[in-house]
Amino acid sequence: MVAIPYLFNEIERIFQNTPLYVIVLEGFLLLSVIWLLFVKRNGRGKRFSREEEEAIIANYEPEPLVANTNPNHPLLKTHLVQSKVGKRVVVDGNDCLNLATHNYLGLLEDKKILEDACNTLKKYGVGSCGPRGFYGTMDVHLDLEDRLAKFMGMEESVVYSYGFSTIASAIPAYAKRGDVVFADEMVNFSIQKGLDASRSTIYYYKHNDMADLERLLIEQQARDAKNPKKAAKTRRFLVAEGIYINTGEICPLPALVALRAKYKLRLFLDESISFGTLGKTGHGLTEHFNVELIEVDLIMAGMENSLATIGGFCVGSHFIVEHQRLSGLGYCFSASLPPLLTQAAISALDRFESEPQMFAELQQIARKVQEVFGKFSKLTLRANELSPVKHLYIAEQRANAEEECELLTKIANKCIAAGVAVIEARYLNNLEKHPIRQSMRVTVNRLLTDADIKHAYDVIERVSKEVL
Amino acid sequence: MGNSNGDSGEVQQERQRNCDISNSWNKMKGITEENMPKECDSSTVELRARKNGFKDNVVEAAPTNGCLKNCTANTTQCATANGTACSNSNSNSKQSLYTPAKKLSEFAAEHTRKTSFEEVPLHTACLTYLGFYLLMILGYINQLLFVPKVAKEENREGYVTLYDAFESFYSRYVYRRVRDCWNRPICSVPGDEVTLKDRVTNDYGWSFQFTGTETRCLNLGSYNYLGFADATGPCAEQSEETAREMGLAMTSTRVELGTTQLHLDLESLTARYLGVEDAIVFGMGFATNALNLPSLISPGCLVLSDEKNHASIILGLRLSGATTKVFKHNNMRDLERVLRYNVVHGNSKNGGKPWKKILILVEGVFSMEGSIVRLPEIIALKKKYKAYLYLDEAHSIGAMGPHGGGAVDYFGADPKDIDILMGTFTKSFGSAGGYIAGSKRLIDFLRTNSHAHCYASSMSPPIAQQIYTSMSIIMGLDGTDTGRQKINQLARNTRYFRRRLAQMGVITYGHEDSPVVPMLVYLFSKIGAVVRTLTTRHIAVVGVGFPATPIMEGRIRYCLSAAHTKEQLDYALEVIDEISDRLGLKYSRKPREPNTIEY
Repeated sequence: MVAIPYLFNEIERIFQNTPLYVIVLEGFLLLSVIWLLFVKRNGRGKRFSREEEEAIIANYEPEPLVANTNPNHPLLKTHLVQSKVGKRVVVDGNDCLNLATHNYLGLLEDKKILEDACNTLKKYGVGSCGPRGFYGTMDVHLDLEDRLAKFMGMEESVVYSYGFSTIASAIPAYAKRGDVVFADEMVNFSIQKGLDASRSTIYYYKHNDMADLERLLIEQQARDAKNPKKAAKTRRFLVAEGIYINTGEICPLPALVALRAKYKLRLFLDESISFGTLGKTGHGLTEHFNVELIEVDLIMAGMENSLATIGGFCVGSHFIVEHQRLSGLGYCFSASLPPLLTQAAISALDRFESEPQMFAELQQIARKVQEVFGKFSKLTLRANELSPVKHLYIAEQRANAEEECELLTKIANKCIAAGVAVIEARYLNNLEKHPIRQSMRVTVNRLLTDADIKHAYDVIERVSKEVL
Repeated sequence: MGNSNGDSGEVQQERQRNCDISNSWNKMKGITEENMPKECDSSTVELRARKNGFKDNVVEAAPTNGCLKNCTANTTQCATANGTACSNSNSNSKQSLYTPAKKLSEFAAEHTRKTSFEEVPLHTACLTYLGFYLLMILGYINQLLFVPKVAKEENREGYVTLYDAFESFYSRYVYRRVRDCWNRPICSVPGDEVTLKDRVTNDYGWSFQFTGTETRCLNLGSYNYLGFADATGPCAEQSEETAREMGLAMTSTRVELGTTQLHLDLESLTARYLGVEDAIVFGMGFATNALNLPSLISPGCLVLSDEKNHASIILGLRLSGATTKVFKHNNMRDLERVLRYNVVHGNSKNGGKPWKKILILVEGVFSMEGSIVRLPEIIALKKKYKAYLYLDEAHSIGAMGPHGGGAVDYFGADPKDIDILMGTFTKSFGSAGGYIAGSKRLIDFLRTNSHAHCYASSMSPPIAQQIYTSMSIIMGLDGTDTGRQKINQLARNTRYFRRRLAQMGVITYGHEDSPVVPMLVYLFSKIGAVVRTLTTRHIAVVGVGFPATPIMEGRIRYCLSAAHTKEQLDYALEVIDEISDRLGLKYSRKPREPNTIEY
């Protein structure tokens, strides 16, 4: 208690000894702190009276939920398919030769596969009524996973119920915020969405341009050197498509693998088109280039093309693939693939194994189509000769995409009326990361004969000359 | 060119026609005695013939007269047999959207009364955390002492590790202990009963081997609400026929060569079923949310999302880039608080400019909580603050409401008040896929902007046929009252099962009319114990624990089905009662119903 007067004396002395400007400065500082604490906050989150709030609510006019759609929008005018989409298909009442759907091996028309699927339907019903975790795993799913892994010679595979979601779920299961992904600029839309969902930093390299990819990788190295602490935690991925659906080109896998090893990237390959089409026994791109499977970290593929069913799968080492069973969103949170469609994939794999010559047949037809379709006078062809997906562009490029789109639609419609089903590739142009030139996407079916190809050539040549 | 144009014109016309016809079904939902006869004369219900593809295969179906009468008969039946459920929803249907505030508050009180919820007892909460930490500590010790039997990554030395350390620890040392309770393989129809393939583990859950034996279990785990999961009967038969005629897949997208008459018919039937102008269907339910939300909202939009929303919605929101604010589960006060603040204060990141649009995103029945959305209140809020409403009816479509029309039907709301109706075909329809329904303007927009419509594979024809047939049966378009019976059976099963559980003294969550029944067991290890014990007693159930629920709220989830009989439920209840005593699951401190509960 004795100390109190002494304390006051102390304070007084301190004030006496400090120059006036310090006191003013500190006072000012104190005031600004108070101002920041109270006044600023009130200023930002303005206080409104009840009436003011009501007035704001009454005056709030949100944008309409969706914009009006032009009734003549090309995507509203879809063709009506009136038969099985086999080698021949009835479109809008016209019996056509089918050069538009992705049934490359012709397994959609296979009687044995259909019979197996129907038998499965009679055993399990149609739907699976649950996600894989909750009694949605049927023995057919396990069989298919086993078969796919064995077929590809990998440790494990995981089956998804939709092709699009396979790719879009597998990528963000590994790539997270803060990671770096290098991807080809022409990757398909599902990869783009997977990359969006990962929230990683994405660098796109020019289509199939390894020099450009290496340039980006060197840039990344420079960034890593600047911040080694961060670099030690940054996972790096490389995403490419086996055969690009948007261009029909094959990715240069050996070069990618070399870069992967040099820069310590993990390589994810979307083989939706190349699986079951490339390689001597249909194993896809790795077989085509004779690259060791271990060089690729994850192979993803839809089963909606050469397997002619629905769904998708990923194959890889147990270490990599098992992770998706808890982290692949489309795997965990979606109902499993209907058993009859699962069985269709198993039966299609049976065919892959029992008739390996069909891949050589398909490649032969693809070469033939490449050769014949390269001769159009008004259209130019782009694709790898082995690719079952080929693009036809208007030879004389028009000023804008809409005009090209219109012309191509006209050609496609006339071809369909003349008995050859081809279709202009449809994109959501405003959402694609990189502009894609409008084209007609032609697909190759193993069952096409030379006469079919000749006929298709004649029709498309005649129609394109008429229109262009 | 001309040819194809003409054809698509016809298609449009037919779609229009189907829309007109939809009125009959709509009115059927709000049946009144006076308009009955008129309805019967005017409505010739068109039923898709078994064959698809060609338009001339559409036939005039069973005289609707009888069908409609059947339906009314059933409504009364339902009202007597199922007491309050139906009469409640009927009374709700009268108080349309323009409900006076008082009525709405009455409704809110009623909804709260019907929703069962109980705070976790303090000692249980403490024990749960303790148990969880114990598991973690044991796991860490385990990890220190024993080399994990996991695959090592090969050929990738010097790479940044692929996985987060905690994630792999959790799945290896905590989840592995109960791994046998999930991903159980089955080898039968997931109907009222299901056959499990028995498997054993000789290495504490690292791997499983099949024993070659099978266990037939009562199925309380699958989402087979209306019992359409069936390998025989009209649905399976017609699906098979369609498969034979149209093939198993289209190997094309909808906008290229993937649209058949069946797809168009399914879309118009869905629109008619839901009482809206138009609908669009997709091949996967998960993708319906994840790939359509990004086209509907964009950066600068605000989404108010319920905290218990499904992963597909969360993914869709992440892809959209819109600002998302989460409100407390089914808490209208919290929703209004967030909504009001944001309407008044605008987008704070954009200098307080008003939000482009505000979207409220809720589910009809929440799959983990078993709760039903407070739809009338949300509609009132949405109107007051000019927000838009997206309702995900994944678990409620078919399973709720006197006509199986989902939460909208259950509350008797006007479907046009919900801007975007979404749902899946996986559950009640026993198929796969999803839909979005609403105004023609919305659907046309989606047809030209939806990622799934433009890039993903078209729905497989037999899958679409299963939906078409089951939906026709629910609507009574097949001329029988099978659909109505299924709906009533499910409603009865639900109430009976929930009331009996409450009587037993276990804690359940959710609304008394929701067929998803979570039973709280809290402790992580009890989830495993209950699932395993029930399997030995031939009952298959689903356990849900962290991370799908909060650490403290481990639960067992029962999904009821119209395929269950009273005897089956009684058996299940008897067993649950027994093991609840043994495992100490009777946490509830609420007074228990002393009287026997009537079915």
